[in-house]
Amino acid sequence: MKRLSTFNVVSLTLGFAFLYLPMVILVVYSFNESKLVTVWAGFSTKWYGELMRNQAFLDAALVTLQVAVITSTLATILGTCAAYVLVRIHRFPGRTLFSGMIYAPLVMPDVILGLSLLLLFIGVGVDRGVLTIVLAHTTFAMCYVSVVVSSRLVAFDQSVEEAALDLGATPWETFRLVTLPIIAPAVISGWLLAFTLSLDDLVIASFAAGPSSTTLPMKIFSAVRLGVSPEINALSTIMIGLVTVGVISASLVSKRAAIQRAKEERAAERT
Amino acid sequence: MRRLIVIAIPYLWLLALFLIPFVIVVKISLSDVALARPPYFPQWDWSAGWQGIRDFFAELDFENFIFLTSDDLYWKAYLSSAKIALISTFLTLLVGFPIAYGMARAPEHWRPTLMMLVILPFWTSFLIRVYSWMGILSQGGLLNSLLLSIGLISEPLTILNTDTAVYIGIVYTYLPFMILPVYAALEKLDGSLLEAAEDLGCSRLSAFWLVTVPLSRAGVVAGCFLVFIPAIGEFVIPSLLGGSETLMIGKVLYEEFFSNRDWPVASAVAVVLLLILVVPIVLFQRNQQKQAEAEA
Repeated sequence: MKRLSTFNVVSLTLGFAFLYLPMVILVVYSFNESKLVTVWAGFSTKWYGELMRNQAFLDAALVTLQVAVITSTLATILGTCAAYVLVRIHRFPGRTLFSGMIYAPLVMPDVILGLSLLLLFIGVGVDRGVLTIVLAHTTFAMCYVSVVVSSRLVAFDQSVEEAALDLGATPWETFRLVTLPIIAPAVISGWLLAFTLSLDDLVIASFAAGPSSTTLPMKIFSAVRLGVSPEINALSTIMIGLVTVGVISASLVSKRAAIQRAKEERAAERT
Repeated sequence: MRRLIVIAIPYLWLLALFLIPFVIVVKISLSDVALARPPYFPQWDWSAGWQGIRDFFAELDFENFIFLTSDDLYWKAYLSSAKIALISTFLTLLVGFPIAYGMARAPEHWRPTLMMLVILPFWTSFLIRVYSWMGILSQGGLLNSLLLSIGLISEPLTILNTDTAVYIGIVYTYLPFMILPVYAALEKLDGSLLEAAEDLGCSRLSAFWLVTVPLSRAGVVAGCFLVFIPAIGEFVIPSLLGGSETLMIGKVLYEEFFSNRDWPVASAVAVVLLLILVVPIVLFQRNQQKQAEAEA
């Protein structure tokens, strides 16, 4: 491999600076003593203290976590089913409509999804709250899960499933003992994706939430509309920190699993 | 039997929570606004039987859609959303291509790390990434203080609450969507083709133009659609970074629904937005299919 040319070094440096500087600035200013963003008045963690005392934020964070956990679990189950149907079952009535309904939410603007779900909830007459946010989030998150899982289902060797069936396993046993362990990494990343999508969503939640339930993004949005606040910087720092730790450790775990698998495969070949 | 359940559960879920809601939107877009709860007319009258259904359909009309064409606000909002999405897609390509190119040229053992660095922002909150620019771009913000202190400007620039801030916000948040497909295309590119072009007398620039650009086209097109399609219906970026003059249809729809409480018009806005989006979505799908066929 040739050395990187100056042009490439410059474009990579500038590019990653552009991607990361705004977040670095956000983090740095969360430790600022002053309320103003531009004036550095010394190191302080007082905004974290303020944040911890802010009951409204804590309540919203709790609602958001609740919604995200239920949503991602439901979306993973539904999305895995949907992926299985899309990849393995080639003929059933309404298949085109089904695959259309899986892909459409991926490209539909949030405002339209939110509006349509709100009109449904009002039409049916359910009280809007945690339940309706979960229903709304699950609907679009399951589509993302099914895309992630189906790419894994397409890629693996189907003959192992056939072998299990030939050896007398029922379809359910085959799925549980053969297919599921193979697609497990995709199922887990689907869950994580659904979790972050749910944590992150503002627009659909604003439509689906009732007056009594507020999620963290809704709370952040209404706070930052009034301008920059160091408390939100502190909150952002915590969120960025959690995501960074999560993503890095997930990638380390999967790297170790890959090395482990390669070792086992080599050992199996030798015997 | 089990098979039926596996199909039925996700199918029914999507029918109930995706298709039916959408049918409701279309229905309300054909209704009239009314001072009632819910604020539109006609309502489906179950008790009146067949006659009720016929009356119901007789009341539906395209009035709201005609209203959309007659009021300046809406078609201007559609046009300006398309314009903002188009310009920011182009800017994202300008920023993203050199990064993807640098990544594809980087030593092999760096690439997984670089990939992770591109994907990491995608996992952090969208809202926070947009918010991070508010402190930078505001009148007394960091960018202005920096430019003032080095003497490049004498008066603070107004960037926040203008279209420029919206462009920056879109480029920043959607950059990974551009980098990843372009990088995927550039990484597959066979370096010996460039050497061959140079051996045959091409300058490096014309080799880039004649070899690299055409061979990465599918990735570039995919990236452009991945930025353009969500950008057109964007709500968060224009409401936080844009000004009162920034017209984007996602924001118009939101305000029409929540502030004006005009549900039929909001629904009509949604239906038209979706019809507009069908064109790029179909083109995108065709591009993906062509790419998949070329690889097979």
